[in-house]
Amino acid sequence: MATAPLAPPTPVARSARERSGAWPLADRIAYWACWATGIGLALLTLAIVVFMLVKGLSFLHPALLFESPSADIKQSATGGFLDPILGTLLVTAIGIAIAAPLGVAIAVWLVEYGRPAALARAVESSVEIVGGAPSIVLAIFGLGIFAQGFLAFLSQRAANGSVYGRSFFAAGIVMALLALPLIVGSTREALQALSPRLREGSFALGKTRATTIRHVLLPSVRPGIATGAVLGMGRIIGDTAIIKILLGGLRVETVGGVPVLGLLRGTGSTLTTYVYEFSPAGEGNAPQKAYFAAFVLLLMVLALNGVVTWLTLRQPGGELPRKRWMDLWRLSAWTR
Amino acid sequence: MDPMMPPPVRRIAVDRDPRVAPPRPSANGVATGAVALPLKTARAPAAVVRERMSLDAVWLAYGENWVVRDVSLPVRQGEVLGMIGASGSGKTTLLRALNRLTEITEGAARAGRIALDGQDIHELEVNDLRRRVTMVFQQPNPFPMSIFDNVAYALTEHPERGSRRRRRSGAMRDAVASALQRAGLWDEVANDVDRSALRLSGGQQQRLCIARALAANPEVMLLDEPCSALDPISTAAIEELIVELRESIAIVIVTHNLQQAFRVADHVAFMHLGELVEYGPSEEVFNHPRQQRTRDYVSGAFG
Amino acid sequence: MLGAAAFAVLAIIVAMLVTVFARAWPSFSHNGLAWFGPGGDVDAQLRAMQQLQPLPGHSVYWFRAWPLIWGTLLTTGLAVALALVIAVLAAVFLTEFAPAPVKRVVDPAVRLLAGVPSVVYGLIGILAIAPFVNSHLISQHRKESVTYVVQLNGADLTTATLILMVMILPILVAITADALESVPPAWREGSLALGVNRWRTIWRVSLRAARPAIIAATILGTARALGEAVMLAMVSGGRGFAANPLDGLTFFFEPVRPLAATILQNSEGLSNQPVMHTMYAIGAVLLVSAAMLSLTGWAVRRRLGRYGIQT
Repeated sequence: MATAPLAPPTPVARSARERSGAWPLADRIAYWACWATGIGLALLTLAIVVFMLVKGLSFLHPALLFESPSADIKQSATGGFLDPILGTLLVTAIGIAIAAPLGVAIAVWLVEYGRPAALARAVESSVEIVGGAPSIVLAIFGLGIFAQGFLAFLSQRAANGSVYGRSFFAAGIVMALLALPLIVGSTREALQALSPRLREGSFALGKTRATTIRHVLLPSVRPGIATGAVLGMGRIIGDTAIIKILLGGLRVETVGGVPVLGLLRGTGSTLTTYVYEFSPAGEGNAPQKAYFAAFVLLLMVLALNGVVTWLTLRQPGGELPRKRWMDLWRLSAWTR
Repeated sequence: MDPMMPPPVRRIAVDRDPRVAPPRPSANGVATGAVALPLKTARAPAAVVRERMSLDAVWLAYGENWVVRDVSLPVRQGEVLGMIGASGSGKTTLLRALNRLTEITEGAARAGRIALDGQDIHELEVNDLRRRVTMVFQQPNPFPMSIFDNVAYALTEHPERGSRRRRRSGAMRDAVASALQRAGLWDEVANDVDRSALRLSGGQQQRLCIARALAANPEVMLLDEPCSALDPISTAAIEELIVELRESIAIVIVTHNLQQAFRVADHVAFMHLGELVEYGPSEEVFNHPRQQRTRDYVSGAFG
Repeated sequence: MLGAAAFAVLAIIVAMLVTVFARAWPSFSHNGLAWFGPGGDVDAQLRAMQQLQPLPGHSVYWFRAWPLIWGTLLTTGLAVALALVIAVLAAVFLTEFAPAPVKRVVDPAVRLLAGVPSVVYGLIGILAIAPFVNSHLISQHRKESVTYVVQLNGADLTTATLILMVMILPILVAITADALESVPPAWREGSLALGVNRWRTIWRVSLRAARPAIIAATILGTARALGEAVMLAMVSGGRGFAANPLDGLTFFFEPVRPLAATILQNSEGLSNQPVMHTMYAIGAVLLVSAAMLSLTGWAVRRRLGRYGIQT
């Protein structure tokens, strides 16, 4: 054999994917059905987005974002949706403010402590039950709790002395329940993915467990916490049932004279209930306003979607490992 | 010796086991001459030897990287072709090209002609080809089904005369039983073929994969280091099996294990960095290699 | 302190279970097991409760939830069945047949569908789909033939099921696609090397290996569909009517009102005792269903572990 390097030949054939042309008929039908489904879904998404875009922008008025709504028969006089936007932001803020510390604490307890084992299992199951409960059930549970006399400070009393039970406080607290499982799940995953050497190293330096958690572990899982929080925000923003039951109003109305407390005890609406009320299912006389509000809502939620993707891609490894599909999609089952 | 006395204590690091011969000192670190392989028991060549596949100036590449360069070989029924070489020599790629398995990788390129019974394999329908030229992989890969379903898999998926054979018909059972017998696994699993295939031991799983490959009566069988993940007893069983099968099926085996190649192969092809360095009957290649590179590899100078 | 947080969530769960079941009890105790059965017009029963004027011969708590339960079973069942088929096809497309540029477009598109809030789906449903169904799919003749029983106006079983199916598709597709990609490549290679074409390989090996995942995804999807209140309240026709399959094609255009939507639509009257107890009873049924679904999923995954199929 020649010892000089040989020259590669010029006629070269590249590998091709297996052609489906020679398959039996049944298999070819399946092949085309898969293609049709895939393309069809993409087209469906496009259709929804374009539809909302067209309908939403057809009544575009940036000024509407800064006007307050008013109930009126005539569409042109129903004002804008400043209040619903404020309501959405407020409820989301309260919800995350409660759910984030609570969720991180629970996740840390589950991963770092978790004794006795029966209690840990019970806590895990509880978080799953909360995650699996339909939001409407959480809503009526919330109403039942907040309509109790001793919690009147969180909302207001009606004329006949019974507690109204509906307020930003009430809605925010129940919203925290919505976001909680997402934050717990995401933080837990992030904590479990940390190398055990991190903990060993810290203990070897003589740090206590509490210090380790505060100064070593939590900073390392910040992306995981952030992901959970953003997923939670998405879920809160998209929810209607809880707001409808625990915040049944339109304009923001404060209760009592105290500045911040009055707002939190008051009622209002969010973008979601605004859309519901102004659609034919509610009072129903301003479908175009409903479309525009829905469009704004969709934009907010899609932006959050993008943030989550960006956050997860930033984690070491680039993409989430495949094994966590189950948890990830339970996490992102928004808007129940 | 007093039966109550324990045997003499041997210090492991210092005292060698007297039953093992001391290692031979090698001159300047490189052994010269052929390695002292045990005498091969005389094996009669098969009754009929005919050429099934031929490779003609085959070149294979992944992307721009040429992995196999200008290789020409015959593959004959009635004999075992062993392919040896160091890692990266291209022998596995060449094996996979024989049943066009290289095509499932994006960007694989080829040149040259590979023919099965005179027909260019790239003109055959790829699934037809793969039924006639089956492959057994390095790691046993039984499907997550029962043993019966694994072996019957090829049969249920090969429509013969337009109809898929029924899963549980008598003909199917017979075919499965005969494949398992040929693979030497029947005795061990006969009474429980519905057990999950994943519960078998490594050696049994590999024999199951061989049975699966045999079930559809292939014409050529390709084996990619089939025993590298197995213990010596399973290895011996499979090597016996390979020698038995060569009568009816052309066998190509890629192996890293020189002793195995010596035991099993009738013809040996030595590849190095993509080129076919030497091809010939195994006795010649091992005991009287013509090329210096072959001599070096076979004596263990590199590998 | 951390332990306190853990206890807090436990306390919340216990409180939720206790509250819901305690408040549901009066409705069940007044009706017994017949609560789940058929009998009379659900809407009339709810109206009677709201006005605190019991229907003749019955207590104010009288309630027969069958039309609602049937509506839930129909919409959820049909939506999940349809979504399953479509999701498997789409997942196979994404993992096996789609060329890389196409995949880069279709994959985000499906995930985007998951992010759309239910109220937006409801809006599209009630303002676009329902009128379409009303004017193009339901003939005038059909409407006239049933006016003495019910109004057909496009807000019905078909619209509700179709939109619900779109809502649960992303979950099913994502989980199935990920599971298909996690199937060990050795199996796929082994099957291809035996001369089995790509589709049959997927059908007999990959999908079989992904079965636990598909089942888990179906259960997740069912739970999602069960809890969906807002979209269904907007779209499914406002009348608690038990759609009758024996009506033939008209069956698909009859209004339905699933359980969760009923709670939402009666949320105004929750200060009223009988209404409240009845709504909590419905909530209890939903909670128990969701819990049973989780349990089923867990049990199924354990059984399939026998064949060495990874979860």
